[in-house]
Amino acid sequence: MTIRATIPPTATRRSARPSTFRLYRTESRQEFLKLIRVPIFAATTVALPLMFYVIFGITFAGQQAGGVGVTTYLLATYGAFGVIGAALFGFGISVAVERGQGWMKLKRVSPMPPLAYFVAKVVASVTVAAVIVALMFVLGATIGGVRMPPTQWVALGLTLLAGALPFSAMGLAFGYLVGPNSAPAVLNLAWLPMAFASGLWIPISQLPDFVQSIAGYLPPYHFVQLALGTIGASQGGSPAMHLAVLLAFTTGFLSVAAWGYRRDEGRTYG
Amino acid sequence: MTTSRPPTTVATPAPARRDFQVLAELRCASKTYGKGGTAVAAVRDLDLAVRPGEVLAVLGPNGAGKSTAISLLTGLTAPTGGEALLFGQHPRSITARQRIGVMLQSSGVPETLRVRELLTAFRGYYADPLPVETVIAAAGLAGLENRLFGALSGGQQRRVLFGLALCGNPDLLFFDEPTTGLDPEIRRTLWATLRELAGSGRGVVLTTHYLEEADVLADRVVVLDNGRIIADGTTSAIKSLAQGRRITARTCVPVAEAAQWPEVRSATREGPWLTLLVGTPEPVLGALLSRDSRVSGLTVTETSLEEAFLILTDRTECAA
Repeated sequence: MTIRATIPPTATRRSARPSTFRLYRTESRQEFLKLIRVPIFAATTVALPLMFYVIFGITFAGQQAGGVGVTTYLLATYGAFGVIGAALFGFGISVAVERGQGWMKLKRVSPMPPLAYFVAKVVASVTVAAVIVALMFVLGATIGGVRMPPTQWVALGLTLLAGALPFSAMGLAFGYLVGPNSAPAVLNLAWLPMAFASGLWIPISQLPDFVQSIAGYLPPYHFVQLALGTIGASQGGSPAMHLAVLLAFTTGFLSVAAWGYRRDEGRTYG
Repeated sequence: MTTSRPPTTVATPAPARRDFQVLAELRCASKTYGKGGTAVAAVRDLDLAVRPGEVLAVLGPNGAGKSTAISLLTGLTAPTGGEALLFGQHPRSITARQRIGVMLQSSGVPETLRVRELLTAFRGYYADPLPVETVIAAAGLAGLENRLFGALSGGQQRRVLFGLALCGNPDLLFFDEPTTGLDPEIRRTLWATLRELAGSGRGVVLTTHYLEEADVLADRVVVLDNGRIIADGTTSAIKSLAQGRRITARTCVPVAEAAQWPEVRSATREGPWLTLLVGTPEPVLGALLSRDSRVSGLTVTETSLEEAFLILTDRTECAA
């Protein structure tokens, strides 16, 4: 350290507040950079859904699913798969993993508004989700040969992005329930079979009956049915019902996360 | 110099009491973790005040409650009893936090962010931050601005954390064991920097278990042991409180036997050398010479702060 009388005396006026907009923008940008600069995150979260879409799109090319072309159908299901992955691992788990670390303590004693941290994380994971959805739409429109009216593209895209919210809450709940160290592994073990059973990989009508019967209890199933609904390929249940189920799950996950947050307020930060 | 200080507030409700006279304060603050029978008190009844222009060292062994004291002052933890104040406000107040800078241990800093990005983010939290170039120069980060945090050496990472503490041009700085793991040369430059910060009228609080650090650096030392303040004063006052002497001699007297003599507070042996930390030296010298007539190399010196500290913590254990 080579400090040489370079630090001026402290300022006298302290009434001003920092620019809120700039603070939130910088914080969001940093959370996004943090995510995409980790190669394993970029590879698994962004590349995996795109790769699956191409592989399964080619495998089932020319077939129909839910009354639409299979490449159109899979755009909704793999889009949902990508968004959920970004939300679970980009937001939920990362908040839960960071919560006890020295870096979070440093942020907590800084004048950063606590809300900025959560908003920035949501913005960052929704941005990652948007990148996934946009790239998948490009793949669909080109090699997938998907043709839809513009309103359907927009409706599908927005529905997919909105899905980031319930699954951010789910990741958070897992992080607080299982503990920061084992949460990523446990969540992967829960999430991948759940994705399969919810019909995110293979159209649900092609799954065994008993798998179809448990799908209704899994939150990704309801999310993907909403997404499929925007392109006229929903396979049962009204949008209002799916929305209500997702809302109930979100409330439940947030309650678990809030309970976990309060539980370790008193002990993690020794 | 007392072992239990009264609260440092002005006795009369004087209108002249301005908030910069006391930057941060603990009033009879306690923090207990857990409930019922398993409850553990991390700190008990702490009274502590930090004033401008002073370097205050919070000294104590591991687990004495040093980090908890910092956590209470910075609002990281809420006290379970008593009160913590930062610039006369609740420590979680964002306006109070505009005026502090904190350097904690370095776990979990995102390794994929660049030094300049980290500084930019922190400067954005403050209404009146230092220019980024000033922070870079002051923390010795020139040439490292575009490096990823994870690509820096341990010492460079500590400098980044120091830079983050300076970002807001704070009136009060907290350093939790700032020099742990630093090599001696960097440690001395950091000491000079901390003195300079206090010299410009800022308050500086640091925790340390290096007595040398407190001795060299601090205007005032608070010694914590088992979550309580057992001494609070200047370093020389702490030494005189302990008022002990160190007796060193080449002798065959066993440590266990010497430890039983009156006035002996601790006895250690290194090869043929027996070292005794004692209160009044004369009776001990008498006992030593009558027990072993072949004593050689006998010296009696003043205790160092480190030894004073041992005597102080030992005294509380006896009292408990």
